[in-house]
Amino acid sequence: MEFLSGILEYGFLQKALLTSVMVGMICGIIGCFIILRGMALMGDAISHAVLPGVALSYMLGINFFFGAVVTGVLTALGIGYVSQNSRIKNDSAIGIVFTSFFAVGIILITFAKSSTDLYHILFGNVLAVRASDMWITLIIGIVIAAVVYLFYKELLVSSFDPVMSAAYGLPGRLIHYLLMTLLTLVTVASLQTVGIILVVAMLITPASTAYLLTNRLWVMIYLAAGFGALSAVVGLYFSVKYNLASGAAIVLASAVWFMLALAFSPKQGVLWRHFRSRRKKAALKGL
Amino acid sequence: MLPRHRDPSVSVDSLFVSYHGKDALRGVSFTLLPGSMTGIIGPNGAGKSTLMKSLLELIPRDHVEVLILGGSVKEARTRIAYVPQRSEIDMTFPITVIDTVLLGTYPKLGLLKRPRRQHKELAYHCLEKVGMEDFDSRQIGELSGGQQQRVFLARALAQEAELFCLDEPFVGVDAASEETIVAILKELRDQNRTVLVVHHDLSKAEVYFDGLVLLNGELVKAGPAREVCRPDILSQAYAAQLTFLEKNGVGV
Repeated sequence: MEFLSGILEYGFLQKALLTSVMVGMICGIIGCFIILRGMALMGDAISHAVLPGVALSYMLGINFFFGAVVTGVLTALGIGYVSQNSRIKNDSAIGIVFTSFFAVGIILITFAKSSTDLYHILFGNVLAVRASDMWITLIIGIVIAAVVYLFYKELLVSSFDPVMSAAYGLPGRLIHYLLMTLLTLVTVASLQTVGIILVVAMLITPASTAYLLTNRLWVMIYLAAGFGALSAVVGLYFSVKYNLASGAAIVLASAVWFMLALAFSPKQGVLWRHFRSRRKKAALKGL
Repeated sequence: MLPRHRDPSVSVDSLFVSYHGKDALRGVSFTLLPGSMTGIIGPNGAGKSTLMKSLLELIPRDHVEVLILGGSVKEARTRIAYVPQRSEIDMTFPITVIDTVLLGTYPKLGLLKRPRRQHKELAYHCLEKVGMEDFDSRQIGELSGGQQQRVFLARALAQEAELFCLDEPFVGVDAASEETIVAILKELRDQNRTVLVVHHDLSKAEVYFDGLVLLNGELVKAGPAREVCRPDILSQAYAAQLTFLEKNGVGV
């Protein structure tokens, strides 16, 4: 109740709620493609690697959106270069490149600003969301929804069967880097609400929850967006009520949906699976 | 015998492919005619899949003069149906059988267009053709290997292509599905399309295919199946395996 009246009363809470709901939704949408393409680690990497870009933007006094996109895409290119041109395996290449970028970011940030800012960038501070952050998040959300809507067909076929889609002429690499760019945009949008460290959770957990519940990609996308939004609302509620770190509370809320889906999903749920295999064994006992 | 006056649908002249400087294919040349069904055979590591993929520019090649359906690969792309090895596909992907077949209509749809009713009807019709219509709303991973392969063949049919390229379509496939697939491929051949199949089972090679391309890093022989499936020719490609057998006292 206090939460509801707080929302009605305080502008900063409204902004916090709207922004985190939008972030939850766009993370869920992009997250679907991230997990289906087996790029969860890549999501973690890109989200960390925007840090130097954010720091540089602070120093130059420009919107951190620009710096973040540059270093995010540079990281994606760097990872691709290392894994394609050496015997280093993809996951190792990801580890090497993103930690280097992240380290540069930490050094830059400590030069540029006090450590409080670093803390907020790493962990988010949803109650300090400004109106401009909210608008940036909205614009990023519209861009992502538009791209996914317009190129749904291409994203679907290139995620499911990259070889077939390349055979009929879809530019696989371009689609990959497009997704990486969208991923950096999502990370930038998430900086304030969940922070760099936990963005990956919002990308992977709601999408994975949805993945357990459906056999259709478009349903999965809607479900993931829904779980993301729901996590944002519930997380923010507990964050305000018990004075918890907002990012952590949102992430934990999304983990709860995931655990419920893991246990009770009609087809994939471990519970039903257990019962089904027990029934099978029991039926064969008479033999 | 195939009529010789027709223009080849695929002609490959001195194809060279290497991985980091290591040769995978050296100077392979052959031609395929429309209305023919050709198998690419050879021992493991002979470069069979590499040949098919480099032909379609899915992997880079060092040199080739190639003409596909009267032009470059780029111009022909939407008229080529490619069926990858099943192991290359994530069978846990959230997609149903009918939606998998519907993907076959995408190449000709182009950007920004959605499949319409006629595309869905075409997909369903192709699914009927391979006898999988009862499974249309199943998730693709719930099917057996043979059923999955039939679904991917249905997708290739929905592409309404002129050239069909299949990479190891019979691996992990039951005998009945294999028979269905071969019958459909022969039907495509009889409709004057070109069918190219990477195949590893020598015993069926002569029965299934009109022509064969025998590889072992380089071209050993390309020609009518009868002429390639001869012990003296095959032994050239399988020499390494044969010496192993002889050493172990197995008569050949």
